Amino acid sequence: MQLDGFMLPPGLILILGAFILPQVEGRVRHALLLALPLLTLLMVWLIPHGSHLTLGLMEYELEPLRSSAEGRLFATVFAVAAFAGGWYALNKATLLELSAAFFYAGSAIGVTFAGDLITLFIYWELMALGSTLVLWANGKQNPRAYPASMRYLLVHLCGGVVLMAGIAGHVYATGSIAFSSMTMTDGLAKWLILAGFLVNVGAPPLSAWIADAYPEASPSGMVFLSAFTTKTAVFVLIVGFPGTEILIYIGLYMVFYGIVYGLLENNLRRLMAYSIVSQVGFMVTAVGIGTELALNGAAAHAFAHIIYKALLLMSAGSVLLMTGKRHCTDLGGLFKHMPITAIAGITGALAISAFPFTSGFVTKSLETAAAYQFAATASDPMLLVWVWFLLTAASAGSFLYVGLKFPWFVFFNKDAGLRPTDPAPHMQYAMWFFAFLCIALGVFPEALYAILPYQNDLLAQPKSYQQYTASHLLSQFQLLLFAGLAFFALLPLLKQTLTISLDVDWIYRRLFKVLGQEFTFKVGDLGGKTEAKIHGRIKRLIAHMHGPSGPRIHWPSGFMVLWVAVLLVGALGLYYLR
Amino acid sequence: MSMHLPALQVIIPLLLAAVIFLFNNARIAYIVSVAASWLCLAIAIQLLLLVNDGSVIEYAFGGWEPPWGIAYNVDQLNAFVLVIVSGIAAIMFPFSWRSIQAEIPASLHVLFYTALLLCLAGLLGMTITGDAFNFFVLLEISSLATYTLISLGKDRRSLSAAFQYLIMGTIGGTFILLGVGLLYTLTGTLNMADLAERIGPLQASRTLQAAFAFLVVGIGLKLAMFPLHLWLPGAYATAPSVVSAFLAATATKVAVYALLRFMFGVFGADFAYGEMHVELMLVSLALVSVLFASLIALLQRGVKRMLAYSSLAQIGYMLLGIGLANVSGLTATLLHLFNHALMKGVLFLALAMVFYRTGGSSMRHMSGLGRQMPWTMAAFVVGGLSLIGVPLTVGFISKWYLILASIERGWWPVTAVILVASLIAVMYIWRVVEVAYFKERPADLPTVSEAPLSLLLPTWTLVAANIYFGINASVTTGIAQNVAQTLLGGVQ
Repeated sequence: MQLDGFMLPPGLILILGAFILPQVEGRVRHALLLALPLLTLLMVWLIPHGSHLTLGLMEYELEPLRSSAEGRLFATVFAVAAFAGGWYALNKATLLELSAAFFYAGSAIGVTFAGDLITLFIYWELMALGSTLVLWANGKQNPRAYPASMRYLLVHLCGGVVLMAGIAGHVYATGSIAFSSMTMTDGLAKWLILAGFLVNVGAPPLSAWIADAYPEASPSGMVFLSAFTTKTAVFVLIVGFPGTEILIYIGLYMVFYGIVYGLLENNLRRLMAYSIVSQVGFMVTAVGIGTELALNGAAAHAFAHIIYKALLLMSAGSVLLMTGKRHCTDLGGLFKHMPITAIAGITGALAISAFPFTSGFVTKSLETAAAYQFAATASDPMLLVWVWFLLTAASAGSFLYVGLKFPWFVFFNKDAGLRPTDPAPHMQYAMWFFAFLCIALGVFPEALYAILPYQNDLLAQPKSYQQYTASHLLSQFQLLLFAGLAFFALLPLLKQTLTISLDVDWIYRRLFKVLGQEFTFKVGDLGGKTEAKIHGRIKRLIAHMHGPSGPRIHWPSGFMVLWVAVLLVGALGLYYLR
Repeated sequence: MSMHLPALQVIIPLLLAAVIFLFNNARIAYIVSVAASWLCLAIAIQLLLLVNDGSVIEYAFGGWEPPWGIAYNVDQLNAFVLVIVSGIAAIMFPFSWRSIQAEIPASLHVLFYTALLLCLAGLLGMTITGDAFNFFVLLEISSLATYTLISLGKDRRSLSAAFQYLIMGTIGGTFILLGVGLLYTLTGTLNMADLAERIGPLQASRTLQAAFAFLVVGIGLKLAMFPLHLWLPGAYATAPSVVSAFLAATATKVAVYALLRFMFGVFGADFAYGEMHVELMLVSLALVSVLFASLIALLQRGVKRMLAYSSLAQIGYMLLGIGLANVSGLTATLLHLFNHALMKGVLFLALAMVFYRTGGSSMRHMSGLGRQMPWTMAAFVVGGLSLIGVPLTVGFISKWYLILASIERGWWPVTAVILVASLIAVMYIWRVVEVAYFKERPADLPTVSEAPLSLLLPTWTLVAANIYFGINASVTTGIAQNVAQTLLGGVQ
């Protein structure tokens, strides 16, 4: 073990903090909630680039403290999100949720500092655990959170299994555990690792877990959930798989998947969940393009996205908290009663629509520019032109389904007769803080650009990073204007009704159940009573044999001996016949 | 003196068992037992150091040269197992005094220590002996002592569990005796080294194949190979806590060692893999046992029973390593002998402390304990992490080698099963963590305080070992890799 100077892995501050939070109460806890993320942020910036800590494990050297430009960017925004999320959650969230959220945020930061695949995997799994707990903690308020958290855990643990298998295979093949670009390697292991990453990013066919699980969390819980899991996945893709072509298609699929389901969705926070998939799709596409401009774009977009999406979710969460309503159809005309929430929601909506002078404008433009620029050099220029076109169209689409739909149906539209007030002051402060960041990043993008991973690209082609040119502004306003026109023209069609959109998760939520019912004891028309009897018998039998208690805890000895005989005869018979 | 170390390793606990029985004083029995366990550990370590260069110590009992007399052979493999068994004894015997005060009536304490020492002597003897018949005798000594120990449990069901184990164990012992007998009729010798030589030309013999089948099934019963595992959960769950801990950490390990010794030391790897294809049986049964036992563990309300089922899954890992039939796999098995002893030791000792304070070890008894017994529950959590296979604990080391071995073989589904079972382990350990840390203590259960230092100290010694050997694994992996290479030397 070797450590240069006194440095703590920044993620550990929040992880340890998660265990301290339950030990303290009242003001001390509040102070810790705000101070720990700031301390983390400080540590993130105090650690110079490079690897500072090695831990020997078997014949490998773990590097749990490797600072890189990408990692620092993501760690910064994670710490900021933990800070604002903690502020928003201050009094409202349960203790378990707060602890879990800090544990979760700390693990996410741990991933960004992981220099090797084993460290990465550890934090990856801790993240899955922490996020599940955040969801699970809402079970008392919302009973649907329990099964949702278990489904969530299932998806992520499966992803983790695929990842672990990939890592073991990769280490076996290359003999190195270093976490670096894998584009040069080949073989099954690489694809397994990619698949493990893609599960967390919300890629098809498992995109559904996001919209299935996140909306069941508490208002503050969803703020935390939206920030870390998908974005750490984007981070590992940037480091591990830049320029992997298949990511372009996966990303585009996600972009439009999110838009289509988002347009159809009535539940506010499910709508937000779909928009996460769509936005992360932009980043995945950019990683697939893989030029320095595109990777800068993906990183910058992730940074901005965490902030405006958290802002939108704080706003939607406040509406849910104060009105108890979660559907667009039940809401409307809240601007007068919840002005601060409304301002926050509108700011977030503008940012996600890439409205000029917001953070979305200065970050999403990088990605579209990258697609456009790459088209000139790519072997298949038409493809990238299509990518550019689709991304631009999708950008307008975002305006349609989140940028306009959310504020319109909630804060304007017909008054639904609800008379809530703005939420508690600390929630308002958190919203003000993030709204401020959305605008500040939009007006002064240089601050964000200065911490992007590929600074050389900034010097090489400064033009791509200058967003406020007349032509760019003009085209963007045109785009937004027409999207806005389309929205109001199509308004009658968008009138929300209570619908349920089918998605892949239907397979694991319903289909198995239905099949199970179909093929278990439906012995003709025995009638409910007999059936219940049979079910009861089988249940008792299982309880009797394996259950924790039951009348007799042991198996009959004869049964055990029977197995001995079976095995012996089987073995002897096999050897005899051979 | 040092040339008699192999004999002393077994003679000391065997004789002292008789001595403490004659003294008939519980406190003396305790002190003598602890001293014996420490002496045994010192001898085992000394032996391991002597053979660590790959040499073999041969010791002829009473000067009777083999094949007439009984020979004890010490090589790296069994010296390693000797250290595991005596090391666990050296930690758990000091622990036992306080623990049995709460669980065993005072009148039986002398009997308890007598049986415990006999059990230790039997286990060490099974490991060290180079004589197939002597192996059977020592197996019976340890088994009989084990039945006694289990039946001392406070739970009334421990009597029937012990009786069942007695029936099953006797059948297992009989099978082993039959196997040894068949070998004797075939070769006319009982010395393992001699056996190995004379078996060579007899590979096609039906008698030899039958002997192999009897021995594998017999030992399989002792090591609770699926589906011969049914005696184990009842026995572990109802025995006195410290007995469960000791047995879980040592008894099945010695049985796995016996399987290795007969497979490689007597029959030879060529015969076992090449001729008998034992790996097919081992891998398929191991996979079922890993998955099945993990799932059943999830259903348990009694934490001891849950750990017993988890032990079955871990035994599955060990068999899997043998079945993979490559150096990494065998390394994983040997490492897991050591590592599993450490992790299960911690978990069962933590439970023993819970039992000591609360009088039970069900999920209900553990609810809300996170605040009331922080050190105990922290030890449980570390043991649990190790069981799951979290890096920086010993559990990760053995699991990693097992995964590498399965990939080396190209058996991806096996990799998947190992990983899925680890996930299930997360879930059942989590259930305990959840009740201990996130549930309030039920109103009708008394508030308790942390366990006394005399219990915490041995437990935390094991906790430290879990972490130390998880980070600095070079000693254990070095030995395991060496042994694995020697054992598999003939194949490839």
